[in-house]
Amino acid sequence: MTRATQWLYGWLMLLPAAALLALFTHYPATATLWHSFLSTPRGSRPGVWVGLDNYQQLIDDPIFWQALANNLWYALGTIPLSIALALLMAAWVNGSVPGRGLLRLAYFTPTVLPMIAVANIWLFFYTPEYGLVEKVLSAFGASTHNWLGSKSTALGCLMVVAVWKEAGFFMIFYLAALQSISPHLAEAAAIEGASRWHFFRRVTFPLLMPTTLFVLVNAVINAFRLVDHVVVMTRGGPDNATSLLLYYIYEIGFRFWDSAYAAALTMVLLAILGLAALAQFWFVERKVHYQ
Amino acid sequence: MTHVYAARGGARVVETAGAWTLGLLWLLPLAYAFWTAFHPTEFSTRFVLTAPLTLDNFAKAWAAAPFARYFVNTVLLVTMVLGAQLVLVTLAAYAFARFAFPGRGILFALVLVQLMVMPDVLIVENYRTMTLLGLKDTILAIGLPYMASAFGIFLLRQTFKGVPRELDEAARVEGCGPLAVLWKVYVPLARPVYLAYALVSVSYHWNNFLWPLIITNSVESRPLTVGLQVFSATDQGIDWSIITAATLLTTAPLLIAFLLFQRQFVQSFMRAGIR
Repeated sequence: MTRATQWLYGWLMLLPAAALLALFTHYPATATLWHSFLSTPRGSRPGVWVGLDNYQQLIDDPIFWQALANNLWYALGTIPLSIALALLMAAWVNGSVPGRGLLRLAYFTPTVLPMIAVANIWLFFYTPEYGLVEKVLSAFGASTHNWLGSKSTALGCLMVVAVWKEAGFFMIFYLAALQSISPHLAEAAAIEGASRWHFFRRVTFPLLMPTTLFVLVNAVINAFRLVDHVVVMTRGGPDNATSLLLYYIYEIGFRFWDSAYAAALTMVLLAILGLAALAQFWFVERKVHYQ
Repeated sequence: MTHVYAARGGARVVETAGAWTLGLLWLLPLAYAFWTAFHPTEFSTRFVLTAPLTLDNFAKAWAAAPFARYFVNTVLLVTMVLGAQLVLVTLAAYAFARFAFPGRGILFALVLVQLMVMPDVLIVENYRTMTLLGLKDTILAIGLPYMASAFGIFLLRQTFKGVPRELDEAARVEGCGPLAVLWKVYVPLARPVYLAYALVSVSYHWNNFLWPLIITNSVESRPLTVGLQVFSATDQGIDWSIITAATLLTTAPLLIAFLLFQRQFVQSFMRAGIR
């Protein structure tokens, strides 16, 4: 094949995918930036250049700051916990616990369910007086509490749902990694007299580092990408206590139809995702893997 | 599998207890959902073994909303997205893996951008685009932004790169053109990867919610997830037994497929995750 035909084949085969990517990823990302400097078009009046006004509005908007803070707390509350649980689950089902297959199934099943279904089920759990959480707590003599209706507990309730749904997903990556670790390492360490905990901390955990990084990046993305449960369970309430960034964008964009302000908000979200990408590259550069 | 560091004695008991406590906690919400859906409303939070089993809740849910239509929509959506993805992703991955052309590196980097900037977060602009294209409130509009999947291109490119060059050359000597080589050599060898990708894609789009919620507005285009939400949010008077039944109903095909092909599912997710 001549060089020219190589080029032609390469480009032609890439064309359909590239066109769709350009139309639904690169164009909208660029257009978001552009539109964040314009005002929202109203009726037949197109948007006009307003410079940084939308960003000024963002800085002055307490709800934005709350959504951002909520999202950071949400990330902080769900990511380490679900990763730790995932590792624990993987270690357990990789070992010789009785009923291993069934356990693996139990841990993994929430992953296959749609977040919206999961949210519906948990919504029922949290229902005041009637829900299971209430029933169990009242059996222990606790007074009733509106879990999703009070500002202090609503975000925590959403975090529980997210951890329940995601830990099993991360577990399988750890499981795959654990199964690829040679048993000779453990034998050698045992001959050297290393304790179980020491072996985990000094050998297993470092070997799992690439997996941890992969899972971490995914967890960060999911913490900012998935707001289905917010829509179903709280609609951002009470009093914006559970509004996450993407949910707030959805509200501004499709409840108040303020597309210019939504564009500025989306830029913040894109910046956060971009930072996550940079962090990943930085870690990979520093060779967090041992192969 | 016995392991020198497997827990023994007391540690083993503690470990087993811990694993199963967590397992039961993980199963509890589902078990509860099943209990509620299969029992009359008055037993939805009363756990007595003599409670009568019933399918009434499912019948009522099915009758109360056009779930049949939603099922058709979701199946159409998932098939359409997967079909388009397989074609687009295969061609693009083959181009990246086996053809030298100017701009390959930059183009590949541009593809990878989608791993971070997913259509899920570009809802406002994509809504505008769909309005301009006149596609609002169609099943095509739900699927279109996801059809060129960076994740799929990346996954298949890796796989295609691992195919021995000799096989490729042998086929060419036999007189196959580039597309015939792709079809006869690369695609068959990548079958497990295709299966893995298909399972991940189908479960992703079966479960996707926010974008379909935004872009659809009628029974004719709504997928199951959005239909379920509309159903459980509009009629506040509906009781939980029926909502839970509807929830199980909409997830049943995926859940049953998962239980039947558990091993393939888990292996697929694993394969898709290891880069």
